[in-house]
Amino acid sequence: MLTQIAYALPFLAQGFALTLWVSLLVVVFSLIAGVIMGVGLVYGPVPLQWAVRIFSDTIRGIPILVLIFFVYYGLPAVGLHLPSFWAAVLALTLFKTAQVVEYFRGAVGSIPKGQSEAAMAIGLTFRQRLAYVIFPQAFRRFLPPWINGVTDAVKGSALVSLLGITDLMQAINQVIGRTYEAMPLYILGALIYFAVNYALSLASRRLERRFSFIRE
Amino acid sequence: MSTSPKNTPALLDVLDVSKAFGTVQVLRSVSLQVAKGEVVTVIGPSGSGKTTLLRCVNFLESYDSGSIRIDGKEVGFREAGTRQRRSERDLAAMRAETGMVFQSFNLFPHLTAAGNIMLGLTKVRGKSNAEARTIAEHWLGRVGLAHKADSLPAELSGGQQQRVGIARAVAMGPKILLLDEITSALDPELVGEVLEVVRSLAEDGMTMVMVTHEMAFARDASSRIIFMADGGVSAAGPPAEILAADTDNERLRTFLARFRASHF
Repeated sequence: MLTQIAYALPFLAQGFALTLWVSLLVVVFSLIAGVIMGVGLVYGPVPLQWAVRIFSDTIRGIPILVLIFFVYYGLPAVGLHLPSFWAAVLALTLFKTAQVVEYFRGAVGSIPKGQSEAAMAIGLTFRQRLAYVIFPQAFRRFLPPWINGVTDAVKGSALVSLLGITDLMQAINQVIGRTYEAMPLYILGALIYFAVNYALSLASRRLERRFSFIRE
Repeated sequence: MSTSPKNTPALLDVLDVSKAFGTVQVLRSVSLQVAKGEVVTVIGPSGSGKTTLLRCVNFLESYDSGSIRIDGKEVGFREAGTRQRRSERDLAAMRAETGMVFQSFNLFPHLTAAGNIMLGLTKVRGKSNAEARTIAEHWLGRVGLAHKADSLPAELSGGQQQRVGIARAVAMGPKILLLDEITSALDPELVGEVLEVVRSLAEDGMTMVMVTHEMAFARDASSRIIFMADGGVSAAGPPAEILAADTDNERLRTFLARFRASHF
């Protein structure tokens, strides 16, 4: 049994690499898109606020699995054919973006209005106010839910296996298909996912402590 | 009613400014001139529009009609009469010329006392870090907090925080300083140290408009007192005249009587 698993390790490692790659892409894309949309939601003109609101509420109301199938199997109907990998990345990114928008809104919304006003009063422009006054303070509140969200993204990436992409989950299933060693392999898979996410939450706690000097 | 001494040109010129929040008229055609070097205190019952007036002067609030000029330049709108807001960049540059100190201090909690003062100097005035630090230390010294330059706001008392707030505003070299009930959030024993700083700035010729409930301070330190009621200027004049117990102004008399009753 152990030799069989050892034999499969390089294959599993490839799957793990793909899991990390998908997660990384999703986390980066959703962070960028989410913050931009978040700025639109908090500071934008009313129609833009509405657009972001509708996007976020709609996406968050759909199971992520439905979203993945919709992007991969549904979008071709309107002429958008995406390779399975990018369909999966797009679906997961949409899902995460909607969450990032909410984390952003919550974090920025928790900064007292007087902070913006004081920043205005010394003559900072809108961008400077965000960069030097609002974001540094909001960051500490944004971080914990966002890191939680990153671990969600790593876990959620296992769903891409349903599109036939050989991520860690799919690799495990394939090895089980060959070896019939379901229990040890699923335990191994669980341990790998756990290790990644535990490392992330440790990093998060560290970061939070670093920024904990900010008190009001 | 004229609210300005005749022969000096006004640094701040508020003309016929009106503003409503929904159906509530908070400012009714307010006019007010402040000359360079003057210290004007604004008193009046809560809800009389004092704070709103102050916030209109640096355009933290917009107003519905009228004009506000600082040094002859229209503050929030492109030209007097038009309702076209200035660009974000223009507004920021305008606001840099007016210092504001807030009731709730509003120090940036993630920056040290010196950092609070340096932010505007480096990002708005384009000073180097070293220059900004020197200026910050100078002003912290002026407000008696040279030894607290590297303290975070959370490590300072309310009075100390407010003194940093004043230093942050004046370090920018504003033409006029707006003080919005700056001692109202302080414990009584901390009020004195903050007012002392304001007094020393006044002696240096800083032009100030100060909304306050500190009547003794208004009496001793201001060149003129404006009494606001129901969104309008109800009385204006030198302290001795405004705070006289036998004023003809009914509203002012009631306000002063109530004030005296509640402060003894």
